[in-house]
Amino acid sequence: MSRELTYAEAVREAMDIAMERDPRVFLFGEDVGVYGGAFGVSDGLFQKYGPERVRDTPISEAVIAGVATGAAMTGMRPIAEIQFMDFITLSMEQLVLQAAKLRFMLGGKVEVPFVLRTPAGAGTGAAAQHSESLENWFVHVPGIKVVMPSSPADAKGLLLGAIEDPNPVIFVEHKLLYRTKGPVPEGYTPLPLSKSEVKREGTDLTIVATSLMVMRALEAAEILAEEGISVEVVDPRTLKPLDEGPIVQSVVKTGRVLIVHEAVRTGGYGGELAAVIAESEAFDYLDAPIKRLAGLDIPVPYNRDLERQMVPQVDNIVTTARKLVREGR
Amino acid sequence: MTSHPSGPFAGLDPAQLEAMLHQMLLIRAFEETAEELYFQGMIHGTMHLSIGQEGSAVGSIAALRRDDYILSTHRGHGHCIAKGAQVGGMMAEFMGKETGYCRGRGGSMHMADVATGNLGANGIVAGGVPMAAGVGLSIQMQRQEKVILVFFGDGAANEGAFHESLNLASIWNLPVIYLCENNQYAMSMSVARSMNVDDVSARAASYNIPGVTVDGNDTIAVYAATLAAAERARSGGGPTLIEAKTYRYKGHSKSDKQRYRTKEEVQEWQEKDPIGRLSRQMIDAGLLTDADLTALEQRVADEIQEAIAYAQASPDPDPASIMEGVYA
Repeated sequence: MSRELTYAEAVREAMDIAMERDPRVFLFGEDVGVYGGAFGVSDGLFQKYGPERVRDTPISEAVIAGVATGAAMTGMRPIAEIQFMDFITLSMEQLVLQAAKLRFMLGGKVEVPFVLRTPAGAGTGAAAQHSESLENWFVHVPGIKVVMPSSPADAKGLLLGAIEDPNPVIFVEHKLLYRTKGPVPEGYTPLPLSKSEVKREGTDLTIVATSLMVMRALEAAEILAEEGISVEVVDPRTLKPLDEGPIVQSVVKTGRVLIVHEAVRTGGYGGELAAVIAESEAFDYLDAPIKRLAGLDIPVPYNRDLERQMVPQVDNIVTTARKLVREGR
Repeated sequence: MTSHPSGPFAGLDPAQLEAMLHQMLLIRAFEETAEELYFQGMIHGTMHLSIGQEGSAVGSIAALRRDDYILSTHRGHGHCIAKGAQVGGMMAEFMGKETGYCRGRGGSMHMADVATGNLGANGIVAGGVPMAAGVGLSIQMQRQEKVILVFFGDGAANEGAFHESLNLASIWNLPVIYLCENNQYAMSMSVARSMNVDDVSARAASYNIPGVTVDGNDTIAVYAATLAAAERARSGGGPTLIEAKTYRYKGHSKSDKQRYRTKEEVQEWQEKDPIGRLSRQMIDAGLLTDADLTALEQRVADEIQEAIAYAQASPDPDPASIMEGVYA
């Protein structure tokens, strides 16, 4: 059975179910308690589980990451929230030098099973320090998993999967997706991590997109279908470790690929995806260069029009995709 | 608090005292051997020797239970031995062998023995301090009677993470013992130049938790302070900051030319040696004879030789296993 939930409700339901099932699971972070989280994601959980398991912290991002690590190593299953992904910069040492490496450095003798949830993305007028998409920083760190759900169903299933995973998982939510609705299965329905999914089938072009850009790619695919262009949309869902298969197979089928993400282009995840495709058997099937559409290489601007201009929009995807199919570049 | 240990040995019995003295001798011998092996080219990388700091390592950990946790520092060999690790496994780790505590993946700076509650040394100054709050929360939420003791140096007390951790442990009343081994220098930067308080323990006042300073070379004083903090933490009284003032005789690491301190200063501290002090206290009290001490030293020398032999006979990691342990 499924019903329509918003993405935020789906995240909340996953946490609720996980906490109900497993006394080791608890949520903590800035304003996650009575306030319900800066985006209302944990609304009601404090009332249900109380201050011990839904725990407000001071504004101390380093120790938030440290608490997740230390508690995870000693038998708990923490869910930490970093209020805006931008603030994760203040947690970097504990995440990158401790949580990610501990298992390896200690010869495989510990597990560090926590989930760090954090909202990323522009589009809220919050300017350069509250709009970042920093997922690729973590993709570059062995020992950490990176998950970026694009729909309410994936948000719930992947969060449950992430809580079950015995590794540190950075779970990147998108502020503009929080209010989007979609069917979400009821009950305990974890999805395995590291499974890319074809979100729409097509034959002329593959769009590999992440997070909010999956929704935009699907909208663009509708528009292009009216023009007779058949677009396949693939969502990696877990950026690290990546399930390459469905991406490579899709490009083998379509012969053209456009990669779309919101994070700035240089050093972004698109470069990794392009390399994966170029190194695979799909290379021999390419009829056009691998294209990337990504955030402009600038800090996120405040002005509404500039902010829109910085991040790929549906019309940008349509234009770029059309050109790639029609002109082969 | 349930007890106030008194007397010159704070309630420790002769067997416990001898075990502590044995550990201190073992730590020193391990460190001296480590350096020797480095000079012989048998160990690569670097190391941070804790010679001179055996009192704070052994005194504090003697006050813990076996299932209590510790988090350690880059200068952590002594903590590891004091918590109960075998020197054979440590020596093997040091030589990068598969039989080492970290299967040769961690080396000197990441020595850990999870089975004895040692969650690991750390290459980052103050790296373990935020994690300690997490371990403390874990203990509290699981209603365990354990404590976590986190070692750090004077340098770490100037990291932001130190302050975040103490504040959190205070407001959440966590069973954490913050044990600052103030050895007077953060690499070359002296405490006098790096902070405007005389005692690191004064910083406890900011978080409204007890802060005590003890002579770190007085093993019994460190023990008594830690025991009080552990009893307090176990009974729900929250965290304590203990500062053990001590000194490292060797340089910071292998690259240190020691331009920042004088030979006289080192000499002065060597006269306050923690091993000399404890053994003298025990001899004066009639708990130890010179012959006992010689026998202990011989036992330690044998243990170190066995450890070296074990490590040397151990296999290197299989290159085919290089990817293991990144993910669970």
